[in-house]
Amino acid sequence: MTHDLLFDFTADKETATIYITREFAADLDLVWDAWTKSEILDQWMAPHPYHLETKEMDFREGGRWLYAMVTPENVRLGWSLAQFLKIVPKSSFTTRNSFSDENGNPNNENFTFSITETIFTANEETTTVRVVKKMQSLEQMQKFVEMGYKAGMTASLQNLDQLLASLAKR
Amino acid sequence: MRRDVFQAIADPTRRAIITLIALQAMTPNAIADNFNTTRQSVSKHLRVLTECKLVKQEQQGREIYYSLEIEKMKEIDKWLNQFRKIWETKFNQLDKVLATLKKQKK
Repeated sequence: MTHDLLFDFTADKETATIYITREFAADLDLVWDAWTKSEILDQWMAPHPYHLETKEMDFREGGRWLYAMVTPENVRLGWSLAQFLKIVPKSSFTTRNSFSDENGNPNNENFTFSITETIFTANEETTTVRVVKKMQSLEQMQKFVEMGYKAGMTASLQNLDQLLASLAKR
Repeated sequence: MRRDVFQAIADPTRRAIITLIALQAMTPNAIADNFNTTRQSVSKHLRVLTECKLVKQEQQGREIYYSLEIEKMKEIDKWLNQFRKIWETKFNQLDKVLATLKKQKK
């Protein structure tokens, strides 16, 4: 059952790095596809109630994924860019994540970016994914977490709305 | 030396200590009873937690009691738990997507 799957989240402030480990109840081929094919990424990478919209996806070393987070009102919350630095098929890939305009041009050289390594390990019946997200500095990490905090709050509130709505129907 | 909260909560024993004293103030001996470790080791962890103001000490008679600094913990909550929540949400979504894809393959 899903609630028994391993989930670990730690942050190292000294090195401005976030470590996330999660186990999934599917084989390596499927989990790898879910993290590297935009048609699947679009279905889960944005926290509800947002969704993702992919404009470009070129999954190869030197390629890039250009996407936007979209609100339920269909407002795009800016474009994000993931540049694929290194790919080891069915094992790991490394991206440079930043914000950009709709053509994938970086917004501002000084603006925040992170280097993310995503590592896949096949287990007997599950697949473990480890995400190591390194920011340039502590300040950028704080900014990043603060942005996440706001989105997280919105998502929680939306979930609460749904809960209240379903209770009201009873 | 100035310690920071992220360093403090990165350690599993310290996270366990925080969980323990969240319920009630405890003496170092009482805390040590819960772990397979020396009293010295627990004292060291308590010192780190005190230095970054995650726990506070209070003298009661001859004993020192440790309890949680709620406000400081809330600060971390704000920083980390919400961010963690986003990833939890995303991963739960992925669980559903994977389950659907598995069914389609069959």
